[in-house]
Amino acid sequence: MKKVAVNLLKKEKRTFAHGVHPPECKEATAGRPIRRLAFPPQVIVPLQQHTGVPAVPVVREGQEVVRGEPIAKAGGFVSVPMHAPVTGVVHYIGLGPSPTGAMTPSIFIKAYPGATQEILYGAPREIDRMTPEELVLAVQDTGMVGLGGAAFPTHVKLAVPKGKQVDTLIINGCECEPYLTTDHRVMIERAEDILAGVVVAARAVGAQRVIAGVEDNKPDAVEALKSALTRCPLQTEVIPLPTKYPQGAEKMLTKALLGREVPSGGLPVDIGTVIMNVATLAQIGDLLPKHQGLIERVVTITGPGVLKPGNYLMPLGTPLWFALEYAGFTGKANQVVFGGPMMGMAISSLATPITKGVTGIVAFTEPVGDGAERPVYPCIKCGSCVDACPIHLNPSRLGLLARKGQYQAMEEEFHLNDCFECGCCSFVCPSGIPLVHYFRVAKTANRQRRAREKAAASSGGNS
Amino acid sequence: MSFSSIAIAGLVMFGLGVTLAVTLAVAHRKFYVYEDPRIDEIEEMLPRNNCGACGTGGCRAFAEALVSGKLTPGSCTVSTPEIKEAIAAHLGVDVGAQEKRVARLACAGGRNVAWVRGRYAGVESCRAAALIAGGGKGCAWGCLGLGDCQRACDFNAITMNVHGLPVVNDERCTACNACVEECPRDLFSLQPVSHHLWVACKNQAPEDQAKRECEVACVACGRCEADSPGGVVMVVNHLAVVDYSKNLLASKVAIQRCPTGAIVWIEESGEIMKGPEAKKVTRKSPLPIAQETVARM
Repeated sequence: MKKVAVNLLKKEKRTFAHGVHPPECKEATAGRPIRRLAFPPQVIVPLQQHTGVPAVPVVREGQEVVRGEPIAKAGGFVSVPMHAPVTGVVHYIGLGPSPTGAMTPSIFIKAYPGATQEILYGAPREIDRMTPEELVLAVQDTGMVGLGGAAFPTHVKLAVPKGKQVDTLIINGCECEPYLTTDHRVMIERAEDILAGVVVAARAVGAQRVIAGVEDNKPDAVEALKSALTRCPLQTEVIPLPTKYPQGAEKMLTKALLGREVPSGGLPVDIGTVIMNVATLAQIGDLLPKHQGLIERVVTITGPGVLKPGNYLMPLGTPLWFALEYAGFTGKANQVVFGGPMMGMAISSLATPITKGVTGIVAFTEPVGDGAERPVYPCIKCGSCVDACPIHLNPSRLGLLARKGQYQAMEEEFHLNDCFECGCCSFVCPSGIPLVHYFRVAKTANRQRRAREKAAASSGGNS
Repeated sequence: MSFSSIAIAGLVMFGLGVTLAVTLAVAHRKFYVYEDPRIDEIEEMLPRNNCGACGTGGCRAFAEALVSGKLTPGSCTVSTPEIKEAIAAHLGVDVGAQEKRVARLACAGGRNVAWVRGRYAGVESCRAAALIAGGGKGCAWGCLGLGDCQRACDFNAITMNVHGLPVVNDERCTACNACVEECPRDLFSLQPVSHHLWVACKNQAPEDQAKRECEVACVACGRCEADSPGGVVMVVNHLAVVDYSKNLLASKVAIQRCPTGAIVWIEESGEIMKGPEAKKVTRKSPLPIAQETVARM
């Protein structure tokens, strides 16, 4: 009995408070090896697939490009270049569809049907001799962004600000989002690349210790990662974590692995750690020595709407309709989501391209016809959302304020900006209140208000 | 209880009252701020909607600006001409000319003409819909039709018509800017009624795509640009744009050959005139959801 209690305590130590247990739904694709998707007849490369400044095109309409060639350069430090995902011809540069629904500047490339699609661009280089600063620039050249979904430029993370020190590199292999299995497969199949990426990343940030956090529903991935990391020159540790959503969020992971909490409004680097997703590390380890760019990624295509669910390696910019057709789309889906069901985005156009931040495509078939919507009842103040919120906000109160349009109070008194939209509160709400949707509306309203105030202040200053 | 204790209590209260009264009297003299009594009088006369359309923080601030001579009574967009004249007479100043401005919507894509490629189910608000893949409307610039502007309007000047488009009642519109700030697609703008030429579209997609998305979209054919003198209308980014700095040159010739009726002539009465060659839309029912609006480019 005592032993059980001790074990429970030990287990308790390696996780975070609150969170939820959504159905995992990973069995359809977890056992399927990564397969390459066919090359689409045309790819659409939006110039902004990352957080920060859009990239600037360096090709012209009508220009021929080979696979892996840079087609856009970084627009600033918080920006990354783009590389041609296929060998073909640039036939249009202009507005194209994007996952947010807005039309954004994009480069359209028609693939040559007869091309071998070899990566002809790139040259080997010695990364062991590079200084951390050179490594950061080299990573920017690859166009790497966080492949876990947020698409934050990786080199910005690796460039530790002056006056800050990093002691631990955390490898994020949690993949807590239901349905998705890309990181799981990458850990099993590309553990060597992850090891190479870990060495580079740890050197760039100056970390002495490497800790990998993997959820315990992926024992095979834990084993693969453990055996690969034994060859790492640094002190390494692979820790299986209890399966709980959102274990893969940065703030939750640092809390679980190090017991340190990221301060409100701060970054993990403030508490001496940098967190990298396994897929990002694998790509760095693979691309950096070859001086190549990020042109493809692994995407899980799954859900009841497809006949051949699996993990597909596909060129960036592949249109959604092509990917779905390849995976045996039944044509009966009522909702298609980029990412997972908890944090993903519903997509309204089949022409939308796969971008660097898309981890999965889930096709749902639940009836969404008229009258089949989840009804929304009034808040009964049960407190379920308060118990679920991993960052200890009060979603119930925030939701009530949002209904009243009190967006400023939400931000100033109830820490709206700490919410990272994990969806736990909406998931547990017995009244079916779309809380996260309210919060996103409130955040955009606040952003607009601030922009207006700024514009008013600057114009007032001029006159 | 003896008589003396009652007397002491009474005296203490009396003393306290005298002290506080003297303090108040001194403070009243020492900290007195003179305020023009006309500010209160003018504020009484104003409509007191506190809409902010005049550019100040509210009716009180506007009254202060009037009394100090920074603004003229004509800057108030809500008051009737009689009220403005009364205020001007009261202050002994000129009314000040202020052209009437109204909010105009740069979209004509109602449910009967604009294609929809996905059904949005969620919070009934344009701002919320715009966050979910752009609300499912085929045109990424068009009106979402969930009525945020109608709710934002304090003067009941905006009503949603049967096709899900907001219609502005020019009589009631006070140009307070509330709808302009509310619209997530930035479709509203305040225009003087003398701006007769109006492009009721914001679609910047190339011609064939704009046609697929909406039957009344500007297809950037350039006829209005060719017909209108002096560069009043120009096609920029696949969209006709009216240069209002050359508004005196504007004439109905620009709308004559528009194939979709995206560019219109609005009379000061608010009557909207389309060109004779504009496509006639007789459909009343909403268009179905169609993925084909998106080309498999």
